[in-house]
Amino acid sequence: MVTRTAPSHLTARERARRAARGGASQSVPAPLLAPALIAVAFLVLPLVGLLVRAPWRHIGAALSGSDATQALVLSLWTATTTTAISLVIGVPLAWVLARTRFPGQRLLRALVTLPLVLPPVVGGVALLLAFGRTGLIGRYLNSWFGLTIPFTPLAVVMAETFVAMPFLIITVEGALRSADQGFEEAAATLGAKRMAVFRRITVPMIAPSLGAGAVLCWARALGEFGATITFAGSFPGQTETMPIAVYYALESDPDAAIALSLVLLLVSVVVLVSLRDRWLRGGSVP
Amino acid sequence: MTRAGSGGLVVEAEVTRGSFTLAVSLAANAGEVLGLLGPNGAGKSTLLSAVAGLTPVSAGRITLDGQVMDDADAGTFVEASGRPVGFVFQNYRLFPHLTVADNVAFSPRARGLSRRAARSAASHWLDRLGLTDLADRKPGQLSGGQAQRVALARALAGQPAVLLLDEPLSALDAGTRLDVQAELRRHLADFTGPCLLVTHDAIEALVLADRLVVLEGGRIVQEGTPEQIARQPATDYVAKLVGLNLYAGQADGSRVALTGGGNFVITDHGQHGDVLVALRPSAVVVSTEPPQPGSARNTWPAKITGLTLLADRVRLNLEGQPSALVDVTPAAVAELSLSPGSQVWLTTKATELEVYSGSDGRSAEPHDAAAP
Repeated sequence: MVTRTAPSHLTARERARRAARGGASQSVPAPLLAPALIAVAFLVLPLVGLLVRAPWRHIGAALSGSDATQALVLSLWTATTTTAISLVIGVPLAWVLARTRFPGQRLLRALVTLPLVLPPVVGGVALLLAFGRTGLIGRYLNSWFGLTIPFTPLAVVMAETFVAMPFLIITVEGALRSADQGFEEAAATLGAKRMAVFRRITVPMIAPSLGAGAVLCWARALGEFGATITFAGSFPGQTETMPIAVYYALESDPDAAIALSLVLLLVSVVVLVSLRDRWLRGGSVP
Repeated sequence: MTRAGSGGLVVEAEVTRGSFTLAVSLAANAGEVLGLLGPNGAGKSTLLSAVAGLTPVSAGRITLDGQVMDDADAGTFVEASGRPVGFVFQNYRLFPHLTVADNVAFSPRARGLSRRAARSAASHWLDRLGLTDLADRKPGQLSGGQAQRVALARALAGQPAVLLLDEPLSALDAGTRLDVQAELRRHLADFTGPCLLVTHDAIEALVLADRLVVLEGGRIVQEGTPEQIARQPATDYVAKLVGLNLYAGQADGSRVALTGGGNFVITDHGQHGDVLVALRPSAVVVSTEPPQPGSARNTWPAKITGLTLLADRVRLNLEGQPSALVDVTPAAVAELSLSPGSQVWLTTKATELEVYSGSDGRSAEPHDAAAP
């Protein structure tokens, strides 16, 4: 016997809504609704906690009282430098991965994207072993040029680049793969050599993805903690970035920690809003 | 027709793409529009791609004005960017981020002109194709016909030695198609180099091309003037495609006075002035006795001058006012005992006549020769 559901009432408003969406019933079954609500609560409540506990009245003092300004300035310029470096060296790599074929390419792509899943602290250890005073490369930098990288602002930039650049690379590579190569062919028939095609056609066509990748890279660099503290340490004014400052301030000056966290939250919201057209609509990256 | 190895475009090559092989030998002379006709997958676009340098040949060679562009045996290859080729792509491929002016200036700039010189070269072509008013628009803001003109201007601005057009009108709706077609014909006439035009539209081929090459399955199945091909189609595909009677004339409501003699009654859509009338060979009825006259009918006497046996039909070549190609069944040939010299009556309904207006008035020239 087939069970039939008795007819239910459908208001005119609901009818119009369903018609507009072109869908059937939009009601959520209880076994899905409850876990979904728990997930929402879990993601939102900590942020509410941050806002509730924020020392709104003396937030200015909390921010200026500690090393906050120094940390903020350091974080902003290192993240920006990281993004610039990633654009200069990461975009060409993305092009090579997307537009050429050579043996070992799959392995290279895997290696390049490894930092996306690698615990950042492991990245920090790896950087230390490569560029440390006695590291693989670091020992020569030290003995030939007297250059010591670890625990300097340069180390911060390197740690951030190691972790954040792959975000730019995969975003741009995806855009290059899905871009219509017909335009590049057309440019070639019009006499443009490969570099001119890249500069005048390819880059402008993937500009939206380039922007999104850069913002993503910048945001990731701004929040970098594990690799930075391992490879660059936490010298105030030198290598103590915002996330590290928050971590230490939580013990000594909780109000400052919360204030700094709010600043980072604000930056994140700005980033998200700037990317809203691309990701908040749930569509795919063009 | 080939000027041995010197002028024009000469393709004697094989191009392999996966399991598909295109093997052709053809030549296009300076100032000649060579129409490449064929069904989808015949290799027309592959041929253009090889000439442009977007696909290397796997055997043989391509030369342009005596210069080797691609030679598989010698290993010579001129990159696409180094070939003097103007390519109008099927969907135009106008650069969406550049204005019309910058699209047209792209080639002069890429071929080494200064920014200023490139701009002035572009404005010359914009002016010539009547695009000056659209110079600052982006391709997204153009109509189909305008985009087609911009694509042509962009290709011509690089001062190519050969022009390649891949179904230049297929992206247009039927309404604007004939206007753009007439205009394209004018511009092609001005172009001094050889031109390859890919199409699978019979009218387009008849109106635009001086000579046709029919490709099927990567091979040339027939080559000749539209007239020759229509009279003696080599395959059934060619017969269906090219066997179109096309007449130029002056319309006046429901009547068309044909330039080559004769009159047609057409369905009245208020056409006046220059028109093209297309009539499919299968839409004409042949009889040996004068048929009953009807109001919406066209009936005229004609003499059979030739019969060609095709796969499932016989194509009659008829002389009269006007002359026509007519397809009949082999049974009808036997029944009516049709043979060269027979006097017959031709009948077609007014509704079978497709009338295209808006031609530039020059359509009466070489191509009503395609219709006998």
